[in-house]
Amino acid sequence: MATATAHHGAHPTGISRWLFTTNHKDIGTLYLWLALILFFVGGAMALVIRAELFEPGMQIVDPHFFNQMTTMHALIMVFGVVMPAFVGFANWQIPMMIGAPDMALPRMNNWSFWILPFAFVLLSSTLFMQDQGGAPSAGWTLYPPLTIQGGIGTDFAILSIHMLGISSVLGAINVIATILNMRAPGMTLMKMPLFVWTWLITAFLLLAVMPVFAGAVTMLLTDRHFGTSFFDAAGGGDPLLFQHIFWFFGHPEVYILILPAFGIVSQIIPTFARKPLFGYNSMVYATASIAFLSFVVWAHHMFTVGLPLAGELFFMYATMLIAVPTGVKVFNWITTMWRGSMTFETPMLFAVAFVFLFTIGGLSGLMLAIVPADFQYHDTYFVVAHFHYVLVSGAIFAILGGAYYWLPKWTGHMYNETLGKWHFWLTVIGFNIAFFPQHFLGLAGMPRRIPDYALQFTEFNQWSTVGAFLLGFAQLLFLYLVVQTIRSGKKASTQVWDGAKGLEWTLPSPPPYHTFATAPKVK
Amino acid sequence: MGITRIKHVTGAITRLFLGISLWSVSGLALAAYELNFQKPVTPIAEEILDLHNLIIIIVLIIFVIVFSFMFYSIVVHRKSRGYKPAKFHDNNTLEIVWTIIPFLILVGMAIPSTATLIKMEDTSESELTVKITGYQWKWRYDYPDHDVSFFSTLSTPRDQIENKTAKGENYLLEVDNPVVLPVGKKVRFLITANDVIHAWWVPQFGVKKDAIPGFINEMWTRIDEPGTYRGQCAELCGKDHGYMPIVVEAVSQQEFDKWVSLQRNKAVAAQASAAQKWSKAKLMARGKQVYGQCAACHGANGEGVGPFPKLTGGKITTGPVADHLKIVIQGKPGTAMQAFGPQLSDVDIAAVVTYERNALGNNTGDVVQPSQVKALR
Ligand code: HEM
Ligand SMILES: [Cu+2]
Ligand SMILES: [Cu+2]
Repeated sequence: MATATAHHGAHPTGISRWLFTTNHKDIGTLYLWLALILFFVGGAMALVIRAELFEPGMQIVDPHFFNQMTTMHALIMVFGVVMPAFVGFANWQIPMMIGAPDMALPRMNNWSFWILPFAFVLLSSTLFMQDQGGAPSAGWTLYPPLTIQGGIGTDFAILSIHMLGISSVLGAINVIATILNMRAPGMTLMKMPLFVWTWLITAFLLLAVMPVFAGAVTMLLTDRHFGTSFFDAAGGGDPLLFQHIFWFFGHPEVYILILPAFGIVSQIIPTFARKPLFGYNSMVYATASIAFLSFVVWAHHMFTVGLPLAGELFFMYATMLIAVPTGVKVFNWITTMWRGSMTFETPMLFAVAFVFLFTIGGLSGLMLAIVPADFQYHDTYFVVAHFHYVLVSGAIFAILGGAYYWLPKWTGHMYNETLGKWHFWLTVIGFNIAFFPQHFLGLAGMPRRIPDYALQFTEFNQWSTVGAFLLGFAQLLFLYLVVQTIRSGKKASTQVWDGAKGLEWTLPSPPPYHTFATAPKVK
Repeated sequence: MGITRIKHVTGAITRLFLGISLWSVSGLALAAYELNFQKPVTPIAEEILDLHNLIIIIVLIIFVIVFSFMFYSIVVHRKSRGYKPAKFHDNNTLEIVWTIIPFLILVGMAIPSTATLIKMEDTSESELTVKITGYQWKWRYDYPDHDVSFFSTLSTPRDQIENKTAKGENYLLEVDNPVVLPVGKKVRFLITANDVIHAWWVPQFGVKKDAIPGFINEMWTRIDEPGTYRGQCAELCGKDHGYMPIVVEAVSQQEFDKWVSLQRNKAVAAQASAAQKWSKAKLMARGKQVYGQCAACHGANGEGVGPFPKLTGGKITTGPVADHLKIVIQGKPGTAMQAFGPQLSDVDIAAVVTYERNALGNNTGDVVQPSQVKALR
């Protein structure tokens, strides 16, 4: 770093630009590409699962490898796709939305990204250790004692979870520091775009629960290798202790996976309805109360473990209560659309599909909260259907919608709208064919995480597999479209969308490398 | 009376809604698809089904109302129709209304749920106790009041799983020794596990509970109709989690008593035969059957699977007999090789060890007698 001008004028190019970058836009791009690559890796694993389940009997893989696929698919999608994609959005958008020149802690920002590729190389390398037991295979929930039996892949997974945790915590600290310290003059908290709000709350959730998860897997590690018996009843421990700790992390985690999605959708809908977001204040309060409640509902994942009656009742009521703020959000989105002047470009299509399909997942969540009924639903395909409605048509649809929404800003080019619409419709149709029938499979009694099934489940499984392949291959179209938009395409205007409001739309498309070096004034 | 009517109506509406949504997805004949729970055969399962139907109706009604607003808006409030955007962005009354109404609906759902849950958790005054123990990958049933105990394993032939022969009607839902229970009696289950967590689930009973090593869970059922009921392990328990079904035969009290005495006679006969000296041929034939349990990990021909060692030419299977017996009886802690001592009889262990040493490509010539097993226990 010779002089300040050299630092600001010339940037490294080629590989060192990306390795050493401290620029929020570059780092955002890195996060988003990592997420997209892992989306295809995790997706390929899902297709292995669905291919095996096309028919009863074992056709393609053996049961042990099947379990590796379900475990790795979940770990990669949760920690490698949805979370990094949201951090990518945060990096690009938060500084531009609050009028800051960059993230508050740019060097740490670089580090929190670059931990990730190594973590995922470690995790994926276990697939090549089949002779030592292969990849972790006890499910993404890592329940002991089964996890204790796992091979060396389990230790690799634990190490990589530690790395992911460090990355997330650093990222969360950065988001909080940026939002609390670097807002432009006049950008009061209650003027912040909702995306910024949801990320602020998400960051606090991350800070609170990632260390808990790290603690849980560390206890697994010491149980495996250092003679402790936290989770081993024979040594005075308790296998259920792990489940309590895991879900104390796990339930807030599912909100970490959805709150930023709420934020993205709350940006998109007002733009295309050409009408301000309805109930901004109540959206903020609803998000905060969802986050708060998420700490007191964890045992709804454990209704069948033999909780005392009072415990079951408490967790049933608390879980049902979450439906209230969730409902408020849905009502607010619909009322934002109400009497707007709507157009349906691809981002809006994804946002509308989000509201509709996420609500199906929310309502099945409400059903799962009813303890007596959950005794039937638990650990069946009904649960699998539930969490794919909230995670795929929830988190992933919001991510895709957000990508279409901001891609013109980021790249300076309009994407191809016709292709975008094709991508949307193939995705929605494929998704519903893949996952709607799984509700019925669960009700009829098909357990989850099985490689082979009784004959009465055949037809719906075939539908599901066909839908999954459609859904999977439709994403190649998205990859093509992104590359095409980066390379060519109509020049995007500063405003991009005529209904868009907010500081990012005052910047040229693409924005210069450094933006808001002098803070804008917000009225 | 009013209640049952409501149940009928809600049931009918559910089927209608489910039917329509299915038709729109598939357009295929309805008959081939199961859309809802399996037919309940206990009072609790019946109640759960009613509760489920009630909740699904409420949820569907809410869904239809809320989204009819959205779709109306999507059709009408379009720029392409020249619709001008309104300016409103707040309404406290509305916010309060749509916070309070859902809350009240939830209270309405919580009341019947709580009532059913309290009944489900009441295991008092049972007339029969059965202890269930989950193993990788089979179930053990003990009837402490009757001195009966046995293992229950999948009986679907491997050839069906590997698509070499046609699959039977109860593919993956059939076992060698079903649990037998009397109808009309309150049966209490004590459930635990030997190795990892499993879950015992029979959908038609509305009973699902985790089997956790070191802990004993309780639950109960009362079966109304005689019949055969099938279920599966519901908690991921390793490689063969998909292959540990549950089959319950519900029979009259007389038949149950007959079954109990039959089981006792079998146990006595087994003890007598363990005292005898067995021929190699008989041991090999029996060993081949028992080996089915070992094949899950060590391979049908002793070739090993992934991390599980092969037995063909193995250090233990061709080494000293005592070491071989020891690992089968005591297992290898920290691995999936469990202690088979408590699970298998002296005869079975003698037979399977003899088999492993003289088949699977091994040929040590050793013949192991049940008495040798007994001595090592
Ligand atoms: C109204 C809101 C929701 C309610 C009441 C709810 C309720 C539940 C319940 C009770 C379960 C446990 C089911 C069982 O295992 O028997 C569950 C599972 C799950 N939920 Fe939700 N949920 C809601 C929203 C969400 C959201 C927003 C997400 C994520 C974006 C989510 C992700 C999941 C996941 C991943 C699981 C399964 C975890 C596993 O066992 O692997 N849920 N939900
Ligand atoms: Cu949860
Ligand atoms: Cu299992």
